[in-house]
Amino acid sequence: MVESDLSIFLLALLAGAIRVGTPFLFVSLGECLTEKGGRINLGLEGILVTGAMTGYAVSYLSGSPWLGVLAAGGAGLCLGLVHGVICSLPRVNDIAFGIALILFGTGLAFFLGKDFIQPSAPMLPSIPLGGWSDDTRVRSALNVNVLFFIGVALAFVLHWGLRGTRWGLVLRLVGDHEDSAQALGYRAAGVRIVATGVGGFLAGVGGAYLSLYYPGSWNEGLSSGQGLMAVALVIFARWQPINCLWAALLFGAAGAVGPALQAIGIGWGYYLFNAIPYVLTLAVMVITCRPDRTLSGAPGELSLNR
Amino acid sequence: MLKPWLGRAGVLLLPALPTLCALVTTAVLFIAFLLIQGRPAWQAGPLVFEGAFGSLFAWENTLMRAAPLMLTALCVALPARAGLIIIGGEGALVLGGLAAAVTPLWLPALPAWPMLIAMGVASMLAGGLWIGLSGWLRQKRGVNETIGSLLLSYIGLAIFRHLVEGPLRDPNSLNKPSTPPLDSSYQIGVISDSFYVHWGLVAGIVACVLAWVLVRYSVIGFALRVVGGNPRTPRMLGLPVDRLVLLTCVLGGGAAGLAGMFEVSAVQGSANTALISGYGTAGILVAFAARHNPLAIIACAILLGGLEASGGLLQRRLGLPDATTLILQGMLFINLLAWETLTRRTGDWRLWLRGHWIAAPRAGLEEKGETSHG
Repeated sequence: MVESDLSIFLLALLAGAIRVGTPFLFVSLGECLTEKGGRINLGLEGILVTGAMTGYAVSYLSGSPWLGVLAAGGAGLCLGLVHGVICSLPRVNDIAFGIALILFGTGLAFFLGKDFIQPSAPMLPSIPLGGWSDDTRVRSALNVNVLFFIGVALAFVLHWGLRGTRWGLVLRLVGDHEDSAQALGYRAAGVRIVATGVGGFLAGVGGAYLSLYYPGSWNEGLSSGQGLMAVALVIFARWQPINCLWAALLFGAAGAVGPALQAIGIGWGYYLFNAIPYVLTLAVMVITCRPDRTLSGAPGELSLNR
Repeated sequence: MLKPWLGRAGVLLLPALPTLCALVTTAVLFIAFLLIQGRPAWQAGPLVFEGAFGSLFAWENTLMRAAPLMLTALCVALPARAGLIIIGGEGALVLGGLAAAVTPLWLPALPAWPMLIAMGVASMLAGGLWIGLSGWLRQKRGVNETIGSLLLSYIGLAIFRHLVEGPLRDPNSLNKPSTPPLDSSYQIGVISDSFYVHWGLVAGIVACVLAWVLVRYSVIGFALRVVGGNPRTPRMLGLPVDRLVLLTCVLGGGAAGLAGMFEVSAVQGSANTALISGYGTAGILVAFAARHNPLAIIACAILLGGLEASGGLLQRRLGLPDATTLILQGMLFINLLAWETLTRRTGDWRLWLRGHWIAAPRAGLEEKGETSHG
């Protein structure tokens, strides 16, 4: 009995790593791109919530969840561009503006999303990879959403793109040393605006995953700080897209500990176990950060390192 | 050549220009936002004002909300003086409230005043410890304080929920998990029966004034200006940077914790999840709107308190969702930060105004100043 409890727990953890980790993956890839350009966007949390609402609303109204995902990305793109453009003005603090964007994005989503709390929208499909097993629990655990695979592919594409394409090199140059980029004739502000906008798009898609797959409904308590944890996650991943994938899975597993324990009947300390991702994030930052030097791999222009 | 008094008024108004621009843009954007959706935009504006400051009841409602905002704004503004952006005030507030709520349970029965002081100290210790931890992590471990304080806030909220719904829960609180209710003698009353606002308002104003004296007139305040201005200079001067940063964090956290104590002992009567109502987040906006000036925080907290107080009226009269005030706050915050970019130019404009409008005989002198600035 104990052994089966353990295996159920581990299975729930594995399933959770993918299920809970997917939004982390999208948001952290978006943040990674933004930070590679030398800017930090804490507002991805607000974008995530707006994306979740937009995705749900469009899916409900149009009947197509994929249209919802696109719309969520579009909403994220718009908010990301707002951040990119306004932070390009001199003397605007990007960290503070991110906080403002959290407030605005959440307000926007709660305001416009009021009417969509009740009705149920069509959900995103998942791919059943557990057909070989007779156990229904294994089957449900191996129901993996298509967006996860897109996210994994994206991590590899970004990894290659940042290293091997002209675009990637320009972005990294702008992020590492603005003056050199200017000297070569690239306008840093423009590159950063694009990077922040695309980052916003990805965060919006991450939000659509929340409302259209797991947990799979729209309400005002949907996000629990995934957008902000993603910022820490990118630091943990040392600004490498592929590391973002592993980190997102780890954070997903940490976030799944609470529900997994509930699955085997341990109800005690529900809130404490749900706080594990935050503790993990903090622990990771304490271990990886040092006060006297910047982290290896950190973009040189990042205000986080000043 | 225009009238000199116009120029003088311009010089006086220039520092307020970014804020004025932000307020106007916010109003325009908000009205446009409502108009696009076909909502009654033209009624909303006056209604915000009516709900905030239109009657004695509205004023009471506004000031009741402004009191905790002043304290949570200090939690952002004081560390900001040392160059830190701390956004974890919500966690400090709820932990402070919890500490205040359990103090009477763990201490022997005391008269009201000593107990209230003990509760205040406990709440400030809890809040100060929480934000101080963020400052310590940043100075000693290099953990970014913005993210660190927010994570600690989330952890604080989880601990709060766990304790209130678990070990510290009053078994009699059935549908709203709470700690055991405070004895009525330990509850803080209102200032007067004709002015129905609890004493937290006085505490908030006193705290802001004290903070202003600290940053403006004390040696610590001067040292803080050096620390906040540049990371290297204070070390060359031999200033105890770590201790100064930690001090601002502990004081700020203490203020947020105190806000929690007043929410518990003057509003809720026990610690429960109603404490998690966004005062910590709104305090960030207040502090930024006040440009981290403690005296300006008093005014900004009253304005924002009014904005929040009007939410109920907007909901009842116009059927707008309760998130309306949230979106208005977000727009305001965005605009305040965006118009901050004007400060780059206001210095030049000031010189130009002086040169061209006010002191024609001294124009030569001013022009010299202008060229050296250009």
